[in-house]
Amino acid sequence: MKDPRADRLLKAWETPKGWRYWSAVNNSEVGLWYTLTAFAFFLFGGVLALIMRVQLALPDNDWLTPDQYNQIFTMHGSVMMFLFAVPILEAISIMLLPEMLGARDLPFPRLSAYGYWCFLIGGVFVCGSLLFGVGPRGGWFMYPPMTTEYQDGIGPDIWLLGLSFIEIASIAAAVELIVGVLKCRPPGMRLNLIPLYAWYILVVAVMILFAFPPLIAGDLLMELERAMDWPFFDVERGGDPMLWQHLFWIFGHPEVYIVFLPSIALVAMMVPTFARTPMAGYGWIVLAAVGTGFLSFGLWVHHMFTTGLPGISIGIFSAASEAVAIPTGVQIFCFIATLLVGRVQRNVCLKFILAGLATFIIGGLTGVMVAIAPFDYQAHDTYFIVGHLHYVLIGGTIFPIVAGFYYYYPFVTGKQLSERLGNITFWLMLIGFNVAFFPMHIAGLMGMPRRVYTFPGGMGFEWPNLISSIGAFGLGAGFLVLLWDVFRPKGKQPLVPRNVWNAGTLEWSGEVPDQPWGIRSIPIINSRYPLWEQENLRADIDAGNFYLPDAEEGRRETLVTSAVDAELMQCLRVPGPSFLPFWAAVFTGGVFIFSTYHWWIPAGCCSALSFATIVTWLWTGTAEIPEKETKPVGLDQSLPLYVSGPAAVGWWAMFITMLGDMTAFISLVFGYFFYWTVHEDFLPEQWNGEPVVGAGTIWPLVSVGLAVVAWCAVVMARRLNRGNHSVGFYSSSLLAVAATVASGAALVWGPYSNGLDPTVHVYSSTTGVLVLWTVVHLALGATMLVYCIARRLFGKMDAMHDADIVNVTLGWHFLLLTVAITGSVLALFPWVA
Amino acid sequence: MSESVNQQPVPLHEHGQRRPMKKRLWWIAISPSVWAIHFLACYITAAVWCEKIGEGNLRPLQISVGIYTAIALPVIIWVGYSSYRNFRRGDPPVPYDFDDPTDRTHFFGFTAFLLSSLSVVATLFTVLVFVLVGSCD
Repeated sequence: MKDPRADRLLKAWETPKGWRYWSAVNNSEVGLWYTLTAFAFFLFGGVLALIMRVQLALPDNDWLTPDQYNQIFTMHGSVMMFLFAVPILEAISIMLLPEMLGARDLPFPRLSAYGYWCFLIGGVFVCGSLLFGVGPRGGWFMYPPMTTEYQDGIGPDIWLLGLSFIEIASIAAAVELIVGVLKCRPPGMRLNLIPLYAWYILVVAVMILFAFPPLIAGDLLMELERAMDWPFFDVERGGDPMLWQHLFWIFGHPEVYIVFLPSIALVAMMVPTFARTPMAGYGWIVLAAVGTGFLSFGLWVHHMFTTGLPGISIGIFSAASEAVAIPTGVQIFCFIATLLVGRVQRNVCLKFILAGLATFIIGGLTGVMVAIAPFDYQAHDTYFIVGHLHYVLIGGTIFPIVAGFYYYYPFVTGKQLSERLGNITFWLMLIGFNVAFFPMHIAGLMGMPRRVYTFPGGMGFEWPNLISSIGAFGLGAGFLVLLWDVFRPKGKQPLVPRNVWNAGTLEWSGEVPDQPWGIRSIPIINSRYPLWEQENLRADIDAGNFYLPDAEEGRRETLVTSAVDAELMQCLRVPGPSFLPFWAAVFTGGVFIFSTYHWWIPAGCCSALSFATIVTWLWTGTAEIPEKETKPVGLDQSLPLYVSGPAAVGWWAMFITMLGDMTAFISLVFGYFFYWTVHEDFLPEQWNGEPVVGAGTIWPLVSVGLAVVAWCAVVMARRLNRGNHSVGFYSSSLLAVAATVASGAALVWGPYSNGLDPTVHVYSSTTGVLVLWTVVHLALGATMLVYCIARRLFGKMDAMHDADIVNVTLGWHFLLLTVAITGSVLALFPWVA
Repeated sequence: MSESVNQQPVPLHEHGQRRPMKKRLWWIAISPSVWAIHFLACYITAAVWCEKIGEGNLRPLQISVGIYTAIALPVIIWVGYSSYRNFRRGDPPVPYDFDDPTDRTHFFGFTAFLLSSLSVVATLFTVLVFVLVGSCD
């Protein structure tokens, strides 16, 4: 390579070699590992499906015991949803999004790596349980009281703790993707010009942020019941299993769209390429993505039509379930319109896209059927639902992802998959899928229930089941051919030309084979399909004529731009390879895994080690004071290297994380009011002869008062730091820490002095969980303040470089809200009620 | 398609005019958020009414929903109408893909208008339940 700038850039972005390869944090490596791991879990889930189909091929089959079958169908659902469908979207996005946006990396590469390792460890732990015969058996929805009272063993704990761990990793990825889409676009790429994939991912990441926390809150409640006997779902002590169903499905229905939209986003990238024309109805597709994102939160009760809710509530959710068909349909019309106006190029990819759309439409129509409550009463818990959901998920998610494999394989490896094998795969999958799942509708309408390990002969279920089993193996054979095609040696196969599909979006600007720098220089973008519409773009990128063509200081750098118009704001230095995320994930995993077995000492040790690792990571890798304030980034432009407040990506990450955190907290508060709504005796004076007490009135309010003092001191500390008043900053911060500790103590003292026993009645346990949640957050708030004090003491934060305290203040706004809500609900609502 | 559109000059007279949603991404989220609040208010009111108070007579519940709707629908329609005016101003050509702040605003206006229309339909769907269903069960 002649250009010394390119040499330096290459050196900065070089992938580590040997065993250090696993310390890589760059989006290309992490994205690839993520994709392969998610695909491996998919194959595992697929094998479980085939085992079920063998069992169900014949009536009265005893090849599997009921217990084995229960574990297998539970794991099939859990693996497919938690270890494949959600992670694969994160995997593909981590890999592709920066390239589509002309960014060198996502803003928090180590967070992506941490998320990946959490996913791998959690996934192996959950799947491994099956091999020891101790897997969860309660279905992927884990309904209590089945899972709290009737199933001994650690299966449900493995599910709750193992998957909570992965859900946290998913939220981390959501933070990364939202900040990535909004802040890491190339200059000029306004929001009306971004690739449709980015719109979809933005919507999905926001959905994850609001959908996953209710499930985490539910997991917390159920684990508290299982481990500590707090009776959230125990009817005998005032609990109610319906709360779990609400929390699960507030997550569970948006989840369906969380897995569908990213796949349809891939379709939105491929259709214009194969139609050789820009997407028709860009604005309509944005409507579809945003509209579906919103409406999908108004559907959760349609999974609960048969639970005895008031008919009018059912009606509301039935109506919303019909309404969501509108935006869902709009995008499909846009794809069809684009294919009609374009000059279509036929290949395996397009076949999978068309098959996916057709299959999804069939699943969508049966979805409209089951959204009508009277029909659902008939079809609920039958194989009709199994047929419906597989048409939606395989049509809406799997087929587009397989199309994406064919489309993006050359982007990752520089080689192309075989069209001949692709056609075999396609027909095996399409025919196998329909043969497997269409008869399930018929079996369901004939009355065959789901989740039962066998069926009796002579009821007409034999043929549909046998046909389904044969079809399932056809579908499996299709995946086997795809697997061979992906992994077969391709040494002699020539590399593909650059931009092999002649696509218009930026991810195809890279060289073949691709360089680790992501993009040679970050271009100015002024169109939706820059490779089609901007003349000479690729040559200018290659020549380093745009931004950041060099890495003078040998650091990894990318651009940060404004959220709407992508105006230049900062040159962001992103961290390079490190094993810290790996160790942080190992120790965090240890906390969850050891807790499953109630091995509290190793869990405590892991907790301390995890805390130490994460603090080391933050201390050494974030908000670093640069050696100079600004640096030239090319095209006669200089940008700051350090920013704080809303201009900084860290501030956005804090804001987004706190939104997710608030959502989980609100879910717990929802639980409190849910119990009050459905029970007449939510606040009994006595239960089973024992007194039922809450937190009292005075101490929760004292806690709120002290939290207000702490919050004022935090805001003051931020100001004093900015004014460079060292002594003032330290005093104010210490006052805040003291007030925080006192606030937590007051909140605990209320219930403690009243003699609250959370195991007596659900009112006490609900009070207990709100106190617990708030006290843990106050402890975090105090820790963050101590961190800021230490940062300033050690010269890592000063008046000019104050990102740490600014972000902590932002976190504190949310913390104050948490304490205020907890305190006022606990102190005042009993008076109102 | 887009190339030919791109060659047209951007109407300059628009730059100085007041633009309601200017640089605000959240503008497009207002209407669906109003739908969500209306939806939640209806659901919570219905749940509390049917569990705690209501026996037979749904009239007070229907009146409450009527009041929520009388607040929500005008807000959605107002957002939709001002978005419509915004993206139609100067009769800009679709698909709003100029590299220009004005066309970005057109795009936001167009999307907000579509989302408002969807929100009106979804809100009416919710209201319809209270019109058609006569009792809690």
